[in-house]
Amino acid sequence: MADFPDVATLLDAMASDLEAMGIREANPVIIGIHTGGAWVAEALARRITPDAPFGTIDISFYRDDFSRMGLHPQVRPSHLPVPVDNRVVVLVDDVLHTGRTIRAAMNEIFDYGRPERIILAVLATRPGRELPIAPDVVGQVVETLPPGGHIRLSGPEPLRLSLESTA
Amino acid sequence: MSAAADIQRTADGRLRHLLTTEGLGLDLITEILDTAESFVPVTRNDVKKVPLLRGRTVVNLFFEASTRTRSAFELAAHRLSADVLNIEGSSSSTTKGETLLDTLKTLESMHVDMFVIRHGQSGAAEFFAEHAAPGVAILNGGDGRHAHPTQGLLDVFTIRRHKPDVAGLSVAIVGDVLHSRVARSDIHALRALGVSDIRVVGPKTLVPPELDAFGVSVHHDLRSGLDGADVVMLLRLQRERMTGHYLPAGSAFHRSFGLNERTLRYAKPDALLMHPGPINRGVEIAAPVAYGDQSVILEQVSHGVAIRMAVMAMIIGAHRS
Repeated sequence: MADFPDVATLLDAMASDLEAMGIREANPVIIGIHTGGAWVAEALARRITPDAPFGTIDISFYRDDFSRMGLHPQVRPSHLPVPVDNRVVVLVDDVLHTGRTIRAAMNEIFDYGRPERIILAVLATRPGRELPIAPDVVGQVVETLPPGGHIRLSGPEPLRLSLESTA
Repeated sequence: MSAAADIQRTADGRLRHLLTTEGLGLDLITEILDTAESFVPVTRNDVKKVPLLRGRTVVNLFFEASTRTRSAFELAAHRLSADVLNIEGSSSSTTKGETLLDTLKTLESMHVDMFVIRHGQSGAAEFFAEHAAPGVAILNGGDGRHAHPTQGLLDVFTIRRHKPDVAGLSVAIVGDVLHSRVARSDIHALRALGVSDIRVVGPKTLVPPELDAFGVSVHHDLRSGLDGADVVMLLRLQRERMTGHYLPAGSAFHRSFGLNERTLRYAKPDALLMHPGPINRGVEIAAPVAYGDQSVILEQVSHGVAIRMAVMAMIIGAHRS
């Protein structure tokens, strides 16, 4: 099992990358995707701009595998505190895999308005992209995974990345 | 268990059609209520729409007049991004002698995914479900005296939101139980949730003693029926379904079984007052209590949209096309 760096260290690096992009001055809306992405988003917001409006979205109603998988009965409400029109949105998730979650999240965000820009920040990426979606800011790039392996973020206190096997 | 209860589940136990609350069981009812809970915020957002049923077609086929049920189904389908077609029995080819089956098959060949059916004949929705093509789902919007499952579900949903420990509640159902598909759907849903103290209350003509076969206690006196009740569910007097002499004039009914500020006190002080609507003011309920502190009648209406969204999303999700 690969050891992942301490999540706090990854978050510090992500926060300084975002700051280098001028995020603090852009007056962003920070949006985390339920559940892990919301934890990461909150931790990033604390580091960059604690006063920034902070929202969470649950993309269950926007998934493209709904007609195959059905619906999870307990979908948490999405909560966007301010209009996203003409705002810079920092969209945050824990692990970027196929890209379908991000596609669904962007569709949902566009139901709320037309952001000026969306910046994607993820704590980790793994192989397996199925859509042309790439992050702007990454904590940890995982190049290879054993068959059946996946990356899991546990939290919210403490946040910890681990490699798990479904095989 | 009835045939309707059997055919409304898929082989692996998921929701295939919704015909009756009978036989849904605690698991499916809980899943429906939890899913509806997820949809409540959607119905209150600025953007009241999610794309779950995008590209799907829902036909509302109403052979009986309805405003709230039909508009709740219609809004639910729209909020799930489905395309919706409303057909009223009286204006359709049914008046030209087309049979129910012809109507179903004709509309099916336009590749409809889901039918919501309201019909005066008990068993109409089950008949449609038996003959529906494999990918086509039937939702019962009320069939004769048999069932009105989405009303039963939105009623228990409303109760659960106010009093989460549903199984321990005492629930009184007051009025025209005999003609009421709502009462039947409520009783099945409440029993599935473990409610053991269900009373039906009304005159002997409308609450016949043999109703105790449903596992409810029968009361012909309002005071004893409401004594200590946590929930009072009123039913509408269905004058349009009464052909004989079931009861005296409305004002006389109100004197014996009507809910007003005085008779509501027979129940617990925090009892919920419910009514499926439309209310007959001054008959089963007095206007001041209908809009009073204990009334959740308007909440029932708004929950109706979330419940129908939940059922539609679960059924389309269960098809796994």
